[in-house]
Amino acid sequence: MEERRYCNPDKVYVSVKAVFYPDGGFKPTSLIWEDGREYAIDRVIDIRRAASLKAGGTGMRYTCRIENKTVYLFLEEDRWFMERRGS
Amino acid sequence: MKERVILHSDLNNFYASVECLHRPEIRAKPVAVCGDPLLRHGIVLAKNYPAKATGIQTGEAIWQAQQKCPGLIVLPPNFGLYLRFARLAREIYASYTDQVEPFGLDEAWLDVTGSCHVYGDGREIADQIRVRIKEEMGVTASVGVSYNKIFAKLGSDMKKPDATTVITSDNFRQMVWPLPAGDLLYVGRATKRKLAARGIISIGDIALADPAWLRSLLGKWGEVLWSFANGLDSSPVVRMGEEAQIKSVGNSITAPRDLETDEDVEMTFYVLSESVAERMREHGFKCRTAQIYVRDKNLYSISTQGKFLRPTQLSSDLAEKAMSLFHAHYTWENPVRSLGVKGTDLVAADSCEQLFLFEDEERRRKQEKIEAAVDGLRHRFGHFSIQRALLLQDEKLGAINPREDHVIHPVAFFKEGRLP
Repeated sequence: MEERRYCNPDKVYVSVKAVFYPDGGFKPTSLIWEDGREYAIDRVIDIRRAASLKAGGTGMRYTCRIENKTVYLFLEEDRWFMERRGS
Repeated sequence: MKERVILHSDLNNFYASVECLHRPEIRAKPVAVCGDPLLRHGIVLAKNYPAKATGIQTGEAIWQAQQKCPGLIVLPPNFGLYLRFARLAREIYASYTDQVEPFGLDEAWLDVTGSCHVYGDGREIADQIRVRIKEEMGVTASVGVSYNKIFAKLGSDMKKPDATTVITSDNFRQMVWPLPAGDLLYVGRATKRKLAARGIISIGDIALADPAWLRSLLGKWGEVLWSFANGLDSSPVVRMGEEAQIKSVGNSITAPRDLETDEDVEMTFYVLSESVAERMREHGFKCRTAQIYVRDKNLYSISTQGKFLRPTQLSSDLAEKAMSLFHAHYTWENPVRSLGVKGTDLVAADSCEQLFLFEDEERRRKQEKIEAAVDGLRHRFGHFSIQRALLLQDEKLGAINPREDHVIHPVAFFKEGRLP
């Protein structure tokens, strides 16, 4: 059965580049925001399963440091999304 | 024996909560998840709290719900998503115990007796589970904690949403007994009426009644209910992966329009038989008996069964049998609303089989191969990639995909349909 897609303006799907390690596991290294700019992920601070009430979804939540800011990056099934800030 | 610690976790307004999580803009508004009215499944499957406040009830027709609440937001169900959330919940439960028994998609019993020295007592585990469901899944659960499954389930109904209720062997008389008898598992409308006619209104009344008298009134269920009401239920929480053996494979459907002719019925039986046969092949079964279920438009229903000469997993066998049973038992006084086909008396598909002298065995084997090939095609290219020509006669009836449209099957407390 096809899952219906939901469109929520505060849920921003992003492209993510990641490194996959030979012994399994992976780490996102950069993301491309909807305007096309690429941001390097300096550090992944925390990984846990979590829901995003703001964006409306749930998945593995990567807490990342990007340009000295802390942001959440969610992996929901096979798509990455972020919460839009300050809207 | 040490008293067991049993949790019953109930995801609040499950379908509606999942929808509201994914659509922040409707969270504060009344929302109901409803079946498709065009396919005549147009009833309320779940609703959120603002909708509940207007008096909308699960099972109501959409128009009834809209009368009570004109601004109601009606959403179609997204079963794939609900299945994913049910799986997430089970993953959380599984980190506390391997005794997790799902009851439908949104409920489950957990036996955490053996985990208490690691994670704390029943209430603490229940609270941890609630926090995790809220943080990790974005929905809420209410959890009942008790020493048997029945009271645990009653507990999860008492405080909602996102709450823990503990019922102990010391306080159950105060907590459970004042509840109406209808809250007890297996007290349905008919039983409730029978009991009420004899002045039995609350669960406490059942508990204090004479079990022999209840038995004379309700049969063996009377005693079962009495033991439920007194907290004497000792049915175990099934360990994961030990789910009851499959006893039958069946499928039923409410047709998109009333069926008026034999051809309509035949078409629907073929659709259903194909899905039943496919599922039997998937699980490696053949059936020796076919059962049909017919409900007419006045909701009057009959159910009847017939034996096959030999075990079969061919959809054509099932459909032909279904049709002959239908001819023998249905007199066409009214158009038909729902039909069901079930294969029972299952045997392993690879077990030995008596061959027939006067039947073309080669042809039969070929038939089996054809059906298996159809399964393969459908698996790769989708259900409608290949269809019987018969089903092309009616666009609406032929377009039913019983396999993928019906992912959620109802369950019973006593899995074999028998008493403990």
